[in-house]
Amino acid sequence: MVRLPYTTALTTLFSYGLLFVFGQLRDFFRKLLGWIRKPKDQLKGYAPICLGLEDFYVRRLYLRIQDCFGRPIASAPDSWFDVVERYSNDNNKTLQRSEKTSRCLNLGSYNYLGFAAADEYCTPRVIQSLKEYSASTCSTRVEGGTTKLHVELEELVARFVGKEAAILFGMGYVTNSALIPCLIGKGGLIISDSLNHNSIVNGARGSGATVRVFQHNTPSHLEEVLREQIAEGQPRTHRPWKKIIVIVEGIYSMEGELCKLPEIIAVCKKYKAYTYLDEAHSIGAVGKSGRGVCELLGVDPADVDIMMGTFTKSFGSCGGYIAASKEIIQYLKYSCPAHLYATSMSPPAVQQVISAIKVILGEDGSSRGAQKLARIRENSNFFRSELHKMGFEVLGDNDSPVMPIMLYNPAKIPAFSRECLRQNVAVVTVAFPATPLLLARARICISASHTREDLIKALEVISKVGDLIGVKYFPAEPPKHLNQGHNKLE
Amino acid sequence: MASEIMNATSNALFWISSAFDAPTRAVVFGVPIDGHLVVEVLLVVVILFQLTRKSYKPPKKPLTEKEIDELCDDWVPEPLTPQITEEMMVEPPTLESAAGPHAIVDGKEVVNFASANYLGLIGNEKVTDSCVGAMEKYGVGSCGPRGFYGTIDVHLDCEARVSKFLGTPDSILYSYGISTIFSVIPAFCKKGDIIVADEGVHWAVQNGLYLSRSTVVYFKHNDMKSLEATLEKVTGRSKNPEKVRRYIVAEAIYQNSGQIAPLDEIVRLKEKYRFRIILDESHSFGVLGNSGRGLAEYCGVPTEKIDIITAGMGNALATDGGLCTGSVGVVNHQRLMSSAYLFTASLPPYLASAAIGALEYLEANPSVLTNLRANIAILLKELSDVSGLATVSHPLSPIFFLKLKKSTGSNKTDMHLLDSITNQVLKEHSVLIATTKRSSLDKCPLPLGLRLFVSASHSESDLIKAAASLKKVAAVVFS
Repeated sequence: MVRLPYTTALTTLFSYGLLFVFGQLRDFFRKLLGWIRKPKDQLKGYAPICLGLEDFYVRRLYLRIQDCFGRPIASAPDSWFDVVERYSNDNNKTLQRSEKTSRCLNLGSYNYLGFAAADEYCTPRVIQSLKEYSASTCSTRVEGGTTKLHVELEELVARFVGKEAAILFGMGYVTNSALIPCLIGKGGLIISDSLNHNSIVNGARGSGATVRVFQHNTPSHLEEVLREQIAEGQPRTHRPWKKIIVIVEGIYSMEGELCKLPEIIAVCKKYKAYTYLDEAHSIGAVGKSGRGVCELLGVDPADVDIMMGTFTKSFGSCGGYIAASKEIIQYLKYSCPAHLYATSMSPPAVQQVISAIKVILGEDGSSRGAQKLARIRENSNFFRSELHKMGFEVLGDNDSPVMPIMLYNPAKIPAFSRECLRQNVAVVTVAFPATPLLLARARICISASHTREDLIKALEVISKVGDLIGVKYFPAEPPKHLNQGHNKLE
Repeated sequence: MASEIMNATSNALFWISSAFDAPTRAVVFGVPIDGHLVVEVLLVVVILFQLTRKSYKPPKKPLTEKEIDELCDDWVPEPLTPQITEEMMVEPPTLESAAGPHAIVDGKEVVNFASANYLGLIGNEKVTDSCVGAMEKYGVGSCGPRGFYGTIDVHLDCEARVSKFLGTPDSILYSYGISTIFSVIPAFCKKGDIIVADEGVHWAVQNGLYLSRSTVVYFKHNDMKSLEATLEKVTGRSKNPEKVRRYIVAEAIYQNSGQIAPLDEIVRLKEKYRFRIILDESHSFGVLGNSGRGLAEYCGVPTEKIDIITAGMGNALATDGGLCTGSVGVVNHQRLMSSAYLFTASLPPYLASAAIGALEYLEANPSVLTNLRANIAILLKELSDVSGLATVSHPLSPIFFLKLKKSTGSNKTDMHLLDSITNQVLKEHSVLIATTKRSSLDKCPLPLGLRLFVSASHSESDLIKAAASLKKVAAVVFS
């Protein structure tokens, strides 16, 4: 949980207030100039795309620091990559690409097991499947888009995750937003964690069911909400609910926290609610053999009704899956719109996931999978403990490869990002609206392809920059000589 | 007993009357206080007291813990999914090769009319080589959303190429075809806006319209008179044109019927009533027009008049993903407000380079479009007299749509009948055709039918074989 010191809260609010005042001043002048100059005739009678304050945040706050987001790269998103340099001629309103690139350490891409770049086992097989099946099937799964690869991957995913059957989709976002309306409709209740991802929120809204929120990762509050809702029934008519689904995520991407899964499952079983677990960031990255949060926390996969995950993060591909019992999967294959209407997943991407899972399970004949899993765990724990020692405020649990460092003030966001880039370390900074207004942060994603030297360099740079802009909110422990630590943990 | 009560009552009456007739005891403010005044004041006080008392309501007790426990124990949820029936157990055909004009299903070679491979780019050597190059350089996935190091220079090149091809100022790439339209609509249309949409739009558009929370009015499928009447009605009712955004949503080639929207009519109406237009060109991009630039080229309408064009690239361009193009303002707005762009990983780089390869191929070989049109014409001639089925698609549409001449009454039985036709055609004649599927969440009122996706790489013998087998099977089924 985030502990926001009072002085920091005050200064942050003051900064935002100042930015707001300046923004309003500039808006006033813009309106004045617009009134003096005549409006274009062709837009007469049309309402503008953004009215009034709808895009105030974008125009006056986001555009000032636009160069910290959307940085293009010119190579594979591996542990070191080439960031394309951009320049602006009109004070950051538009950015132009230049030909120059700089080689930076990648602390931002979701490359947990290091499958992002060309891999010795996966890439030849992927190229083979590209030549055999071509880049796309141009058809939906139910018409002519199911290939042998899709069938093989569905069985493999089901086996890997520990459920009876699985179904594939070409994109993780669509998996959530097209699936939840299939399972529940009007007269049902969805209880979702307050910090759930946008795709889940969209899916819940699109289903037509009533949505209630429980406090982030608090099983006791979930129990309170469940009791209250079952006792009251549907709003206004008080009829009993048709069904209740509780949606949680394995690792929350903006907090780096693991979900308190055993307690939540116990509560759901007691009140007969169904559980839906979104393992987008945790499948393949945590757990002794990479099987996700269930393995790490000792939960039997049969206790979770529906398990969802994506292939983008740990498997270096694209797409999503749902794993559940045979009946549920059969029903989804019959009625889910994303299965019936959307182009099937690209066959080379399917082959990439098959090869990646085989490496992780050790079925390719080597122990690279086990090495990768051990390395990512070591890397994450080492990095997190060093950052704590330096005095940064780092969120998240042990073993989680996602580490947010709190920044709070809006001015520190571009300062941290640009200063790190100048020293050839590429980090990701996140502000409103992905996080609450006062809680801006920098998010680090560790990969199994980072070596110990890479991490030490990153720590040096982050420490220097942290001192420069003042984000070490906690007292630092006296620094041990880093090489000594390096030898001990080897 | 009775005499005692009589005595008591007469005593009470005597006291009351004496109090009433008591002589004036005091004078207050010039008003003599008689005895009866005291009684009257007492009565008024009692009446006022009763009026101010609340009426009796049984007290609201919140549920006790024990009662909540009982309710929770009694409650029984429905099963998560309904009972699995026979028709849900059907498995689709599994391909064992690329989905080109000839594919291998269950070990047999079939003629494939179920892939929307309009330009025949599946298996093209140059495109495959550029994909292989991209894979070796960038890997398979892009490992991040566009805002966080997921923007690869191939994406920017692809966006620039698409803008150059269509002649629009800017474009934006999405990572999946179906998510393009259901993310674009909520980015532009909010609560209180007005949308006029065709009733035959496919599920993704319907989902986008629902998520946008705007007021949606449907007009009859591809009927311009109905559109004009609806626009008239809606503009008459709306009060503030400067504050309320208004949109017309239509598809260029409708997936559910194969008809083509008359764009010049729509643009004329849009300018008359001051609406903006969102056009989904998934099946017409790379197909219609002399050089494949889509419906605007085909109808002779300048591209600036269409505000927002979206297209899925999983059809003519033989890759995956989606794109949206329009003015610079329109595209920049989506880069921060479109959820399927912000909150999801970007398109894999090899698919973006496949898109660039496809566009280059189309620009270099415009004759592929004449082949496609010739193939559609051949199929139209051959399938003009199938028993029990009627052609409803436009003569230039690459989606060849046949519907039942006489529907059996319900969607379910129609689907059974059409499925039996396609199964027989596949088993006996090795031709793969698709039936339109309808999800339970889809609210489209158009009839079901059979779809053949014509490709430029189908040979004449393929088309004649498909037509002949369909005619034979239909004759048997409808006899």
